[in-house]
Amino acid sequence: MLLEKTNLVKSGDNETFVLNLGPQHPATHGVLRVKLTMDGEYITRAEPVPGYIHRMHEKMGENRTWAQFLPNTSRIDYLSAMHYTHAYVAAVERAAGIEVPLRAEYIRVITSELNRISSHLVWFGAFILDLGGFTPLLYAFDDREKILDLLESVTGARLTYCYYRFGGLCNDVDSDFITGTKEFIEYLKPRLEMYRQLVTNNIILKKRLEGIGPISAEMCRKYGATGPVIRGAGVACDVRRVEPYSVYPELDFEIPVYHEADCMARYLVRMDEMYQSLRILEQAIAKLPEGPIMGKVQKSVKVPAGDYYFAVEASRGRFAVRIVSDGKEIPYRLKLRAPSFSNLSLFEEASQGMMLPDALALMGSLDLVIPDIDR
Amino acid sequence: MKKALGELLSGFVSLLTGMRITLRQFFMKDVTVRYPHEALKMPKRYRGHIVFVRDAESGKSLCIACKSCEKACPSDCIVVDGIKREGEKRKSVTDFNLDFTRCSLCGSCVEVCPVDALEFSKNYNLASTRKDVYQIDLVKRMEDGPK
Ligand code: SF4
Ligand code: SF4
Repeated sequence: MLLEKTNLVKSGDNETFVLNLGPQHPATHGVLRVKLTMDGEYITRAEPVPGYIHRMHEKMGENRTWAQFLPNTSRIDYLSAMHYTHAYVAAVERAAGIEVPLRAEYIRVITSELNRISSHLVWFGAFILDLGGFTPLLYAFDDREKILDLLESVTGARLTYCYYRFGGLCNDVDSDFITGTKEFIEYLKPRLEMYRQLVTNNIILKKRLEGIGPISAEMCRKYGATGPVIRGAGVACDVRRVEPYSVYPELDFEIPVYHEADCMARYLVRMDEMYQSLRILEQAIAKLPEGPIMGKVQKSVKVPAGDYYFAVEASRGRFAVRIVSDGKEIPYRLKLRAPSFSNLSLFEEASQGMMLPDALALMGSLDLVIPDIDR
Repeated sequence: MKKALGELLSGFVSLLTGMRITLRQFFMKDVTVRYPHEALKMPKRYRGHIVFVRDAESGKSLCIACKSCEKACPSDCIVVDGIKREGEKRKSVTDFNLDFTRCSLCGSCVEVCPVDALEFSKNYNLASTRKDVYQIDLVKRMEDGPK
């Protein structure tokens, strides 16, 4: 089917026209512009034009001290802030040889997984909205609100948490947070089942997603796509498993993998991941040890000269920080490897010959966050 | 023919399931708050813009104008000045200007302060069309504020 369309596009000497998708288009969820060359309803070329909210995060890192960059980490991918902060503090901890107390590591895992669920809920609502269903968005945001309230009560902010510090956390969680999280786990399980009945089993959704937008594992490797995109293509690649960090090796969870490589596969991967995150939360709360939340750190962190790297599994895939230090109190170079950028790169190839509404489904299934692409 | 009928049937089931779930939701409690008639209570750790902590005895600021916060702030939004008065062991603050337009509410200043002279306010209603509203003079704000 897809091949036929591609042939049609290639053989036709029909006139083509250019269509601008964005930069202010609801389906791009931010200021991403995609220049589409269309042959009727079919796309012959889709050229993403990122950069509308480039904020020079990497450059900013080069002109402030190690600790002063911390607030920036929550503002790269604003839906997945915990993971980004985690990658940065862990990179500096690795470089400076800072020990993190066990309790702090467990709390990091708990807050990160809560953040992953909230991020997937936003994606879920927005994705279904792209496909034309409005109601699930409101349900998903209702659930997400509960997570934001929990995280706000410990961190003081709803999105830009900036909660982790070199060597630990800025403040401890209280018993209210723990009971709140336990209640939330029990609350979300029937909600996920409800989403399965309402959305996943819905015939319209199936027709819109099954067999649409194939992204092979080969293409993922070519463009460096990670996260649910590659796991929807049948590759069990998850940083939490392949390069274990924090206390993830002590927790029992599965990596959801689907082999269909279509939009539905990526959808199902994320829906299953929410279940797995709940499992991680349950175990982490049960195992949460008492103890300090801050390790021994000097007042201003000194990073010895060298080249260091740390990757985490953010909601959208592999996020990595590479820091190059020349031993001064300011980084020499700070490289941020953002998952959305790689995931967007394959859009041009993957969307060739697709119908416009299908391409939007494909774009939604990539779960792009524009500030993450632009950085 | 058989396939079409099957699809019709499963479509009908989808429809009924959807109706059942939305209808049940219809009778549930509201989750929204009628802001501004009602407002939610801000959590204890909410990070609003910074304000001075008042010394319980003297009613003055605890700040010793050491400028640690000025240095720690990633966005350069604090300017502090102080003088050493006769007969006092430490400096006391005379000027503390916060440029809230640039503040990212990161909390570095609160954490770094050696005498815990800063805290976060719970003020979130800060919309304005004028820029100078966000140039906050913390010393003046405390003197004008409730004693
Ligand atoms: S909260 Fe952060 S950005 Fe704001 S004044 Fe304090 S240190 Fe500066
Ligand atoms: S760090 Fe504290 S004591 Fe020092 S200038 Fe700032 S507010 Fe004043």
